Amino acid sequence: MTGGYGAQFLAGILLTLQVSLGSYAVGLAFGVLGAAAKLSRRRLLRVLGSLYTITVRAMPELLLLLIAFYVLAGAIAGLVASIGLVQSDFSFDPLLVAIVSLGFIQGAYVTEILRAGVLALPKGQGDAALALGLSWPVRWGRVLGPQVLRHALPALGNVWLNATKDSSLISVVGAFADILKVSSLAASDTKEYIFFYSLAALCFLVISAASMLGLKALQARGARGA
Amino acid sequence: MNFSLTFLLTQVMPQLIAAIPVTLELTLLSALGSAALGMPLALALGAKGWVRWSAEAYSLIIRGTPMLVQIYLIYYGLGSLIPHRWMRHSWASPLLRDAFWYGLVALIIDETAYVAVILRSGLDGVPRGEREAAAALGLSRLTSFLRIELPRALMITLPTLSSELILLLKSTVLVSTITVFDVLGTANVIRFQTLRVLEPLLGAAIVYIVLVGAISLITMAIEPCFVRMR
Repeated sequence: MTGGYGAQFLAGILLTLQVSLGSYAVGLAFGVLGAAAKLSRRRLLRVLGSLYTITVRAMPELLLLLIAFYVLAGAIAGLVASIGLVQSDFSFDPLLVAIVSLGFIQGAYVTEILRAGVLALPKGQGDAALALGLSWPVRWGRVLGPQVLRHALPALGNVWLNATKDSSLISVVGAFADILKVSSLAASDTKEYIFFYSLAALCFLVISAASMLGLKALQARGARGA
Repeated sequence: MNFSLTFLLTQVMPQLIAAIPVTLELTLLSALGSAALGMPLALALGAKGWVRWSAEAYSLIIRGTPMLVQIYLIYYGLGSLIPHRWMRHSWASPLLRDAFWYGLVALIIDETAYVAVILRSGLDGVPRGEREAAAALGLSRLTSFLRIELPRALMITLPTLSSELILLLKSTVLVSTITVFDVLGTANVIRFQTLRVLEPLLGAAIVYIVLVGAISLITMAIEPCFVRMR
């Protein structure tokens, strides 16, 4: 059906999923750190947090990805090598650079979502947890965290949908055989541009539609008892 | 990597600034185009039967696929459908050979779906009582829509629409992958010609941050005027 490109497409789908899942996990981690910084009592952390969300959200994703690949990855590798942690010919795995930089971008959006979720908590919830003598991990893990998540779930779902679509940007920067790159190669080999780019669109559409169904179920579960 | 401020200021920035009109043209033309097409699509999303289904299918397909795929599909796919004769010798050949127009069409097709969904949510957010009140006052359906529902929906969605404009500005960079020389496209040309990476990319980052900042300031200044209309 795909003229001998079936295996490549399958590998492309797996790579796209890998980059999406990886960058989303990294994005959640950056988001938790960013939200903690923006809600911190320390002014310096708040300023750093704002700097992070404002600059990242003001820059096009593709530009940030190019900067990460062609400027930052080399500079950081050089820095680590110069202090003798690794050999001088060291360079980062491009896949790792892609995942971390896409995650860094999503983290800025997750930061704002989690911050809004924390600010939406009724103040009494934290006070009550304190009054009950609950420790910090229990307070956030069992009382406040779940309420933040319930509030943030729809927006975090949107970040995931964007993560799957933004993963296609890696086809521009490196030698990644993701869905889009595989279809570009197949299209220019066979001149069947419409067929192969439609196939790429279909792959992404299936991923998005499946995600939407999953997110809907997750939201229904998150809203129970509400 | 050594950074040269003089190279950035004397070589890179003038070229990038000269490319700002291309980025702004792409942004504003696709904003206008998607507003014009997004409104009927938003109405279709609220209709019944096959009109609604096709509108929902359109918004699902567009919003469920990466914009880069749509751009390639339009540029390479549509481009491969157009007969060579038209490309080379016809009144339309300057249009058909310029990647700018393919990029613009792709941006409009993509953005229309997002604008329509936003407008639909705004229209849904207008309290039913207002439409009923308009009907009770004897306003026609059209007058009620134009004078009551639409302004209310726009007020509700204005913050979302202005952040969508910023997202649109940022997504115009994707047309640099099909040889449109917008700000990022120009930065890439400088990169390949001079083999310097840091200055062109940093310069582009500065330009986009300033543009996004300017748009946010403008929308922040405009929004209170609309709120006052309430």
